[in-house]
Parts: sequence; structure tokens; C-alpha cells
Amino acid sequence: MPLAIESRVIPFALPGTDGTTHRTEDFARAPVFGVIFHCNHCPYAQAWEDRLIAIQREYVDRGARFVLINANDPAKYPTDDFEHMKSRAKEKAYPFPYLYDETQEIARAYGATRTPEVFLFDGTGMLRYHGAPDDNYEDPEAVQHHYLRDAVDALLVGGTPATAQTKPVGCTIKWR
Amino acid sequence: MRIEFFYWEECPSHDEALARLRTVLREEGLDIPVDVVRVDTEEQAVTRQFPGSPTIRINGADIQPPGENQVGLSCRVYHTDDGRVTPLPTAEMIRRALRAAHPI
Repeated sequence: MPLAIESRVIPFALPGTDGTTHRTEDFARAPVFGVIFHCNHCPYAQAWEDRLIAIQREYVDRGARFVLINANDPAKYPTDDFEHMKSRAKEKAYPFPYLYDETQEIARAYGATRTPEVFLFDGTGMLRYHGAPDDNYEDPEAVQHHYLRDAVDALLVGGTPATAQTKPVGCTIKWR
Repeated sequence: MRIEFFYWEECPSHDEALARLRTVLREEGLDIPVDVVRVDTEEQAVTRQFPGSPTIRINGADIQPPGENQVGLSCRVYHTDDGRVTPLPTAEMIRRALRAAHPI
């Protein structure tokens, strides 16, 4: 089961493609904190990737911070290994840390099952949105409901997202 | 004309892709059955040379060259004409392949 809405953020300390370890406490002052399970190989993750980058760039000045976490077993998908993660982060100039959950403990603790899958926390560390980034993985121009963007907007003004939960759509996380 | 639709259950949206294929067939006036093939194991993926879900073949030819997609149980990457990545073939991709295989 995924982390329930209004649950507290689950702490982690994971290595990033930038060569440093990133911890939840590094983001303690962010008014909005997104933990997004992601990977290299999945077409759903790739299809939404540019939109995640755009949202992070747009909201970074207002304090919103995202991290991407890849927990896939690279034995099953070699392009999801740490070296390929580094290449992907550099190629796409990720504006957020891209973290490697090698033991898969964090993905299991969050109850994540798909890539991408968004867990969005407010400034107190409470889960306020869980699910897909928006309602159209195929065409950014055809999106009707901008779940992630709308949730960030709501949290930044001290509100509650109108939609707290949607079904994550994407590739399954590849467990060891 | 022989049309095959291969899918892996774990990858979402295959129903949508199959419905799209059938819609395009209808729009093109082609009353041709689709052979729907479920791929469940890595062995089956290798035997079928299945480069990810969903895969559509017309007379044995993939509607888009597999490119970076490796044979195996995976969701498949498609590239649209404007360079985007998408998990499903577009109606236009399907239409082009059908017309190439069945010129009017």
C-alpha cells in the first residue's frame, strides 16, 4: 500500500548522481517537497520527464523542491544503473537531485509501485498529493488536469490540493 | 494482410493501444481481424522477438523500427514525428504503416 495521505515524510539518505548524499532533512525548510519515483528506461517516465523539469524550474524560486528516486533493479534493466542515471541527469540538465535507491528500501517504505509516481509533501512534512503528474502521458498539450502543478500551487498559498490522490500510471518498479 | 498486436500485461495502456489500432482499421475501411498475443515470460519475449509492450506488426513488420527498445518484458518507447517520447503508437504511425502495407 502506498503511503497514505496526511502521513509524514519517510526519511532517507541516498546517493545522488551529483556525487553527494541527499537527506530528507536537506529539504526541511522547503514549503513543498516532492519525492518522485522515476527511472531511465520507462517510456512513461520519459514522456513526463520534461514536464517535471519545467515545473521544478518554474517553482524553484518559490521554494518548491523535488527529488527523483530510481529504485529499479539494474540487472533487469541495465539502462537504469547508476552510471546511466548520471548520464541521463547530465544530458537533461536535471534541476533536481537524481537519487539511487539500490536496496529498494525507500521505494518499499513509500509503497511506490510505478515510475513515475509522485509523493508531494507540505512544509510540515505531511503528504498532500500522491499519484500521477497530470492526466495525459502522451501529449502535454492535451492535459486537462495538472495534478502536480495544481497541488504545488495550493500548498504554496497554504491551501490543500483539490485532488489529493490519483492512480499512478507508468512502468512497474522492477524489484530484486 | 496479417495484423498482430503483442502486449505485456504489466505495462499499462495496452487496451488503449488496441482500441486505437481497431479505430484506425475502421477509419481506413479495413475489415481485418487482429491477432492479439499476450507475452508473459522472457522466453516468450525472445521467441517472439518482442521489443516491448505494445508492439504492432503488419505482415510481420513492426510499425516503427524497435530502435533502442531491447527484446524483453518492458514497456516500449515510441518516438513521435515532433520528437516526443510516448508509450503508445500514435494513430498516425498506425495509419502510415497500414497504408504502406495496403496501398489504396
